[in-house]
Amino acid sequence: MRVKPSRLWHSIEEGHKRTLKAGKLTEKVLKLFVATGNDEVLAFIQALNIQHVVTPVLPTTNIKDSDVDIVIGALHSDLTSFLNEWRPIFSRFHLIIVKDPDLKEELRIPEGFNLDVYSKSHIDRVVGSSSSMVFSGYSCRYFGFLVSRKKYIVSIDDDCIPAKDSKGFLIDVVAQHLVNLATPATPFFFNTLYDPFREGADFVRGYPFSLRSGVTCALSCGLWLNLADLDAPTQALKPELRNSRYVDAVMTIPSRAMMPLSGINIAFDREAVGPALLPALKLAGEGNLRWETMEDIWSGMCVKVVCDHLGLGVKSGLPYVWRKDRGSAIESLKKEWEGVKLMEEIAPFFQLVRLPQTAATTEDCIIEMAATVKQQLGPSNPVFTRAAEAMVEWVKLWKAVGSGSSPL
Amino acid sequence: MAGSSVKPTPVLKDELDIVIPTIRNLDFLEMWRPFFEQYHLIIVQDGDPSKIIKVPEGFDYELYNRNDINRILGPKASCISFKDSACRCFGYMVSKKKYIYTIDDDCFIFIDYPSVHIDRLDFEVILRDMKPLVAKNPSGEQINALEQHIKNLLSPSTPFFFNTLYDPYREGADFVRGYPFSLREGAPTAVSHGLWLNIPDYDAPTQLVKPLERNTRYVDTVLTVPKGTLFPMCGMNLGFNRELIGPAMYFGLMGDGQPIGRYDDMWAGWCMKVICDHMGYGVKTGLPYIWHSKASNPFVNLKKEYKGIYWQEDLIPFFQSAVLPKECVTVQQCYIELAKQVKEKLGKIDPYFIKLADAMVTWIEAWDELNSPAGKSSKQPNSTAK
Repeated sequence: MRVKPSRLWHSIEEGHKRTLKAGKLTEKVLKLFVATGNDEVLAFIQALNIQHVVTPVLPTTNIKDSDVDIVIGALHSDLTSFLNEWRPIFSRFHLIIVKDPDLKEELRIPEGFNLDVYSKSHIDRVVGSSSSMVFSGYSCRYFGFLVSRKKYIVSIDDDCIPAKDSKGFLIDVVAQHLVNLATPATPFFFNTLYDPFREGADFVRGYPFSLRSGVTCALSCGLWLNLADLDAPTQALKPELRNSRYVDAVMTIPSRAMMPLSGINIAFDREAVGPALLPALKLAGEGNLRWETMEDIWSGMCVKVVCDHLGLGVKSGLPYVWRKDRGSAIESLKKEWEGVKLMEEIAPFFQLVRLPQTAATTEDCIIEMAATVKQQLGPSNPVFTRAAEAMVEWVKLWKAVGSGSSPL
Repeated sequence: MAGSSVKPTPVLKDELDIVIPTIRNLDFLEMWRPFFEQYHLIIVQDGDPSKIIKVPEGFDYELYNRNDINRILGPKASCISFKDSACRCFGYMVSKKKYIYTIDDDCFIFIDYPSVHIDRLDFEVILRDMKPLVAKNPSGEQINALEQHIKNLLSPSTPFFFNTLYDPYREGADFVRGYPFSLREGAPTAVSHGLWLNIPDYDAPTQLVKPLERNTRYVDTVLTVPKGTLFPMCGMNLGFNRELIGPAMYFGLMGDGQPIGRYDDMWAGWCMKVICDHMGYGVKTGLPYIWHSKASNPFVNLKKEYKGIYWQEDLIPFFQSAVLPKECVTVQQCYIELAKQVKEKLGKIDPYFIKLADAMVTWIEAWDELNSPAGKSSKQPNSTAK
């Protein structure tokens, strides 16, 4: 139990006490006291559990700002308030904004950002106007993934703003994602203290030493405060339910464990798994609310299978974004149950699919998976056949457009 | 002490036993009194049986020392470790309750003081105003470790598909979009694995490198360890459904006369997880936290652990690839089968594993004997209260 500081106060030598009482406690003064090495002072300081108000310094990564693209799929034309909210965090980076080709209005973007904007005309030029529907709605962001030439991509839905952590500090989503990607993942054995590479944590007793170097983290999935990514039936049943629980953890999703990957707040190593984030599963009633899509869930399953096969890691947890209330779950519910029904087949399929040893690259893995999807899921629903075809097309597109050295 | 006047509503008061191994004293029970008083305690006294361990007044308990273990199990007592907290599993065997909570005698309730912001200026005001906080969760409820374990055990687990919002049965949480509806009933929860603040449960090499590191991060979550994934199970703050998984919770041969120590809970955890995966049960980890107060000596720990650190490299692949045949439909059958595989595949690493495999079988025999309708009447503890 933490010792009551007032008990320790008495054991501190008078000279130190006078100094402490006289002055203001600042970082500088604190450092001086710590430097004394005086046991009583140190114990007292520890007992006070002093929290520093400076922005928390995350462990430095070797990821340069210039290694990162922030890709935003614009489903709303007015991005002014969105970008202004994110300005303190985004302004250092290059942004790729992809306008939903179905959006008619002109985009409104505030000044002061280093960005490239892509719209229907760009998409048509690259893939041909007959194929550009593959990038409609939320899938427009994949065009951004395709044309980016950076090693790392961070992508956030345009109805999210920065959240605050449990201490009231603004969460730097990009910094946390990059730390997640820059530190190893540990998919082969679960660490009960979660990410062992976080400051103040480590591997616990019983964790095999040979597994402690971990593997490259290829994907970082963040979470959401306020409007969580629940499906329409769940949110409709609990219309007041909002996520207010800040869980201060990042963890690696174990190998072979499947999970629904939400596209709302993600980051990934484009060099490692770029081709696996793909627009393939399009619901017949797909709409402009997350309750009306499954494209990210499908894509996420593909990425996880690829990562498990290639020995890469996927992390989930921090960072949080604040997701604004939008849309009506009940209205979305009326539209389509399709996604919910499809998951019943999708989940077991991805849990059991295994890739041959010969699939050594992400592209190979996707081609193999597409064939299996067509074979095993195709017969039950044409949406799967179309998804399989889209996966093959995507790999072709990636090879043609996505892997060049210079951007468009 | 703040909060000690608040008596939480006992849940499962007649269905849960608290098992505590001890070799020194049970003073720590005073702190847990408001939370433990209504439950029955099973105290397993390790070490010198002639020593009298004083149990604080007012607790309902039964106490077993080495002499009792020998008397009750006869030759089968060889499977119960001596001079190691692994002996606690004897308590699981003699319990008659559905649930078990086990805790170490150096684990306290997590109590904290509010943190001071660095721009708070007046030290004397700080000291005067600082009141201890009994740990509260964000809803303002006092944290009761036992209550949280019970919540974990009474709600389903989700081992077949990972929920990114963690335990969906917790208040304020739910299943995320994309989580198959057919899996939302979950699986019965067999184990609730709690965590520790302050002294973290590190192995000796890590302790030597980072002697001052303290776990100060309170992670407000419970989650299910996915099927097919192993983890290091720590016995310091552990709850389980004895009816579901009890026979798999054998803590192995450790301590006196054995080449290894500090792997008792690890061993139990790996066996348990393989069996839970086979039987379709779930294992949760995360909340509740207890405050781990005593750092053990890393040099002493290193001596106990070092064989384990090497053997682990073979043990993990063994457990990761262990397959139990469909014919094993009870936990006992699974365990006997596992013991066979241990003997076959791990026997060549060290003769210890042959001994251990035999002890695993002895454990099951003893468990069945003691827990059959006829066997129950033959055991008598050394002392009881109430």
